[in-house]
Amino acid sequence: MRTKDFAYWLFLAPVLIALTLVVVVPMLLGVYYSFTSWNGITTGEFVGFQNYIDLLKDERFLDSLWFTTKFSVVSVILINFIGLSLALIVTSRIKSSNLLRTTFFMPNLIGGLILGFIWQFIFIKVFASVGEMVGMESLQVWLSTTETGFWGLVILMSWQMAGYIMVIYIAYLQGLPKELLEASEIDGASSFQRFRYIVFPLVAPAFTVSMFLTLSNTFKLYDQNLSLTGGGPYNSTEMVAMEIFNTAFVQNTFAYAQAKAIIFFVIVAIVALFQVYWNKRREVEM
Amino acid sequence: MRKKKNWKLEILGVLLGILWLLPFYLMFVNSFKTKKEIFTDVTSPPEQWSFDNYITAFQELDFLQTLFNSLLITVSSVVLIIISSAMAAYALSRAKSRISTILFFMFVAAMLIPFQSVMIPLVTVFGQFEMLNRGGLIFMYIGFGASLSIFLYHGALNNIPKSLDEAARIDGANRWQVFWHIIFPMLKPITVTVAILNIIWIWNDYLLPSLVINKTGSETIPLKMFFFFGEYTKQWHLALAGLTLAILPVIIFYFFAQRSIIKGVSDGAIK
Repeated sequence: MRTKDFAYWLFLAPVLIALTLVVVVPMLLGVYYSFTSWNGITTGEFVGFQNYIDLLKDERFLDSLWFTTKFSVVSVILINFIGLSLALIVTSRIKSSNLLRTTFFMPNLIGGLILGFIWQFIFIKVFASVGEMVGMESLQVWLSTTETGFWGLVILMSWQMAGYIMVIYIAYLQGLPKELLEASEIDGASSFQRFRYIVFPLVAPAFTVSMFLTLSNTFKLYDQNLSLTGGGPYNSTEMVAMEIFNTAFVQNTFAYAQAKAIIFFVIVAIVALFQVYWNKRREVEM
Repeated sequence: MRKKKNWKLEILGVLLGILWLLPFYLMFVNSFKTKKEIFTDVTSPPEQWSFDNYITAFQELDFLQTLFNSLLITVSSVVLIIISSAMAAYALSRAKSRISTILFFMFVAAMLIPFQSVMIPLVTVFGQFEMLNRGGLIFMYIGFGASLSIFLYHGALNNIPKSLDEAARIDGANRWQVFWHIIFPMLKPITVTVAILNIIWIWNDYLLPSLVINKTGSETIPLKMFFFFGEYTKQWHLALAGLTLAILPVIIFYFFAQRSIIKGVSDGAIK
């Protein structure tokens, strides 16, 4: 098949049409709209960089960006730590290995919206009643303060995604050469040394994949945010994705929301590219 | 010594497993209680296993219709994503040229775009063409799902030698036949991965359907669940019965296909 063949374009046509209409055209239109005062009904006029200047002074937007960053950093570290620990547990020779894999992975099959609702019940009703039983007042106010909302989101995401990351680490751990591990054991390496000098460097590629997945999932989080805290109290747990949604569909300032969405895209793209580059370089060095 | 260590790990693993299942257990036992019973005691099993909450939730969720909508949208979208992405990846992998490289790069680059960045123009444009319905939604899923699927198929296709195509061509098969009768069946393992990743994503997606579907009776499970939860926000007994109903289809699917699901997710992430 050659690119000038009719068949080549016929095979590509459905996907090209769909991607163009669903992603490419809206993206280009979005860039254009972000320089106008469009509100969804009238086209609006060209306003240059006004929307971008405004959003730099928009505290609600900047707060959501900062909240999202904090949430992502804490979640990425926790999810990877728990995920790797779970992977090490289930790949050791234990009887319940298969059952445990199934269990830890299960939350990933259920949508973030529904998981958020389930955890809302846990935090609000179960935590409160346990708090009452043991006399800990701090357990009775979960999700009603910014702090508990933050940790609520972190707990929910760690519980959900650790099993997913575990599956990725398992795939790399099982690819480790057994002879190498046995040889080091015979040479008298402790299990910590084995982990630090053999397992860890060889599993490095898994970090690239896992960090990329966790970072992009946590930074773009919407469903769990909506169903667990709804952004409250007083928008203090509102993340960027939700802030953009509210700017567009609650406040009906489409062009302004679109400018925020473009900034959001630029951040996501830079972080993703930087991370892949950095991890690839580290892998080679190790 | 080795034995003792594994025994400790076994206990730790099982304890963590119980911790992981605890939210589901609490949801399940409380979904059978009355409003008053939840108020007084959330941790123990219900005094009576009554299905009253479920009957209400089943009706309020319009469960059969909602389940049908989710099935219709997920199955159609995934089948169309598989067909269109496999064909596109085949063309890109067989015709090596600058155009193919650019197109492939474009597909991969599209994965970097967050949904929020295209959401507003997408909804307005499709709204103008009266495409905010189930058909429009399926079409959008093809656009959003194509990138990753093409990427996965492309990798698998590069491992199938071109000489196979040429041999079939000499035997008189046209390109369409070569692809569907010879190449596509060889792609079965990656097709399973593509299918599973897309099923999990589309079945659970909330934001896109919430923007596209605005007709009562067309809602998917997450969408209907959102409205249902909003309505019964202080009535946990009904909300929990609804949530349990909503995840039931997923649990059944997981029970029968857990091996392929975990393998699919793992293959999809690593490649």
